[in-house]
Amino acid sequence: MGFEISLLTAMMISIIGSLSLNLITGFCGQVSLGHVAFVGIGAYTASLMTKAAIPFFAALVAGMILAGIFGIIVGLASLRVRHDFLAITTMGVNFVFLGFVRQQEWLGGELGVSSIPDPGLGKLGFLALVFGCVVLVVLLSVQIRRSWMGYVFKAISEDEDTASMLGLDVSQYKLIAFALGTSLAGLAGGLYAHHVRFIYPDSFAFVESITLLAMVVVGGNGSIWGVILASAFLSLLPQWFQFVDDYKLLLYGSLLFAVMRFSPGGLAGFAQLLINHNRKSSKSKVDK
Amino acid sequence: MLYLELFIQGLLQGSIYALIAVGLTIVYGLLRILHVAHAGLYTLGGYFGVLVFNITGSLVLGGLVAMLGVGIFGIIIYRLCYQPILDQPPYVPLIASIGLFIAMEELYRILFGSYGVTYSNPPLQDMMPVGGIYLRQGEWVTILASIVLIGGLAWLSRKTRLGLAWRATVTDAEMAESFGIDPIRVRYLNFFIGSILAGAAGMIVGILNNLVEPTMGSVPSYKALAIIVLGGLGSVRGTLVAALSLGVIESFGTIYLGEVLNRDAIAFVFLILVLMVRPKGMFRGM
Repeated sequence: MGFEISLLTAMMISIIGSLSLNLITGFCGQVSLGHVAFVGIGAYTASLMTKAAIPFFAALVAGMILAGIFGIIVGLASLRVRHDFLAITTMGVNFVFLGFVRQQEWLGGELGVSSIPDPGLGKLGFLALVFGCVVLVVLLSVQIRRSWMGYVFKAISEDEDTASMLGLDVSQYKLIAFALGTSLAGLAGGLYAHHVRFIYPDSFAFVESITLLAMVVVGGNGSIWGVILASAFLSLLPQWFQFVDDYKLLLYGSLLFAVMRFSPGGLAGFAQLLINHNRKSSKSKVDK
Repeated sequence: MLYLELFIQGLLQGSIYALIAVGLTIVYGLLRILHVAHAGLYTLGGYFGVLVFNITGSLVLGGLVAMLGVGIFGIIIYRLCYQPILDQPPYVPLIASIGLFIAMEELYRILFGSYGVTYSNPPLQDMMPVGGIYLRQGEWVTILASIVLIGGLAWLSRKTRLGLAWRATVTDAEMAESFGIDPIRVRYLNFFIGSILAGAAGMIVGILNNLVEPTMGSVPSYKALAIIVLGGLGSVRGTLVAALSLGVIESFGTIYLGEVLNRDAIAFVFLILVLMVRPKGMFRGM
């Protein structure tokens, strides 16, 4: 049972991570290839603080704030560069984060931070906390999408120039998207650090950013339920593939490729396609 | 003397970067795809080179197979993987390409083993002085090959009718088509040439390290992206300058900044600084 609980907790944490990226990439259209750097900032901050005997929840919040601050800095950079240039800049942010952390003695260098204290909630209690966070993040996402801000995000993601011509403050909303998304990534990081209780630079390697982006894109960029489904699926996938351990990454890579090649809208796009198809076929039946 | 040595090592690394990144940048220039799987083709070049050399003992044959074989694989990848999703938003081909790259790396590992393949009789390892500079033969070959191949590319695009058709398509595909240029064939040519350069780079690195391993493409996969962005995405001249300067900056940076940041981080700090000053890279246009 312990194993299932910890699996479920890990899955929920990746849902928080991918939904946080979905705010930036899905809602606001700013492709980020370095999102896991912010997860890392949250994880390092929170774990160093709880190790200094600061209460768990205060540490979580501090991790969120620090990740958000760095997020705003990267957001400011995103005002300068666009599209593919932005994607590569954010990728650069991931490598700068990694390269910095690896060389810092006080961050544990290559060995990372170990024996992170137990938050003292018990396994089920921790799962409940993480689940609560997922619910909050989902509600926040739904709320944002319905709000005026959500419409502005959509406008920016579809055509930035037109959005700013309509008098929308594109820069301000982009910064908000980055601040929100990265601080939630910091939350995911703090939770992750206290779930596995051992972090090191490779936990936040570039490939993890790709994994997060893959969850968003496979789910359907901007779709909340699609992203949740894809995150659950992709984070459990390695477990299901245990029996083909040697071919795990091959299957993973091929799957990413196949989804993009055959259903570029991801799961959400695929579902839409099915619904439209059914409507069309039922309509043609009526016509007959 | 240390400065000169660091400078030359930087140029050497830079010319390998250039071979990989020029292929990537011409793909981007024509189709606007960030072709991450290009690094997978580079690794394939390494494998073709070492396998053919170990069987036949001929370096020339190995080189030919590495370049032409990888060129053909490049066309196949374009046809099967990219052509159907060209009209999608740019992150779609990007993720597809990353997936493809992961799958390729794994396929190499399963086919050729995770410890890599070495040259049974390592070629071009002797030291050779030219003008007072001591480098291994393989390193001279690296410099020579990048000059010849990239020079050849420049000649092809500037002095031949084929190159004219190619440049016309990059500038305005529809206009070029109305003048009777087949855009599909230009794309095939583009991928063929880009992949030839990647294959050559793969073989060269395989010889220099005397090792071809499945993961040898993982550093170039993102470093080359940084280089083409620095160079202004799609600009061959910009890519050349960016590749060489990044090589030199990395080689000096690891000596003087190694305490604070590692090699990759230095490269990306440089990238971010340049982009903040010039958001569209150092150069624009072909």
